[in-house]
Amino acid sequence: MAVGLQHFLFVSAALASLGVIAMVSRRNAISILMGVELILNAAALNFVAFARYGRPGTETPWLSGQIFGVFIIVLAAAEAAIALAIIIAIYHHRANINADELNELQR
Amino acid sequence: MQASDWFFYLFAAITLVPACVVVFSRKLLYSAFALLFTLSGVAALYALLGADFLAVTQVLVYVGGVLVLILFGVMFTQRVYDLKAEAMSFKRRRAAVIGVVVFATLWGVALAVPWPQTELATPQPTSATLGNLLLSRYLLPFEAISVLLLVVLIGAVLVGKKEVEE
Repeated sequence: MAVGLQHFLFVSAALASLGVIAMVSRRNAISILMGVELILNAAALNFVAFARYGRPGTETPWLSGQIFGVFIIVLAAAEAAIALAIIIAIYHHRANINADELNELQR
Repeated sequence: MQASDWFFYLFAAITLVPACVVVFSRKLLYSAFALLFTLSGVAALYALLGADFLAVTQVLVYVGGVLVLILFGVMFTQRVYDLKAEAMSFKRRRAAVIGVVVFATLWGVALAVPWPQTELATPQPTSATLGNLLLSRYLLPFEAISVLLLVVLIGAVLVGKKEVEE
């Protein structure tokens, strides 16, 4: 069976559900961040796959999917930077980044 | 099967097997290193899809930037030498159910919808077209994202710096 759109959708769906599992089951804040990265990658992979296999000749240019891939990568980098800054700030205060125990906003 | 099909299965394995390690590994450092292979595999899949610029960007930004950040985060906040960095919590069964439901939904939709089947064009170099699109059709999001990056830069420094004792 020749590789088509659905093969890429399968990989992306598997990545996204693995990311969801990581987000739900992990307690360490950095592990949760890794789950988010997996989900973002799955979404970007979907965009690029549709950019390749989608219907050409419509109004939107066929590279739009890849543009969204670029935006997703930039947003993921920004999100990782901010999240790690917050995690390290919390670690300085609490010496602990277990998401189950971080339940107050005040020091 | 064509050669590109074999490459797809290879790259899919490189993506998905380490992704399982990322999610299920008991040691946080192993998760972080497995993420390296997953992100590289996704970059290879981009290349297979004809997105050359995006593949290189993925390697540069994700593998070179985000992953290094995450590794720094792991090493700052865990004692690396006692690698017992926390495992899954007891919510494992709930997580498995949610994961299966998410996967079934996504995959069911992907199978159920009759996606348009088109003749594939030979992949062309994309960088020039992407640049033109970013500076014409997608100029506003492009500028917004550059402002966002500036804000993130300042915000990360402000949040992450040690507070001076008063």
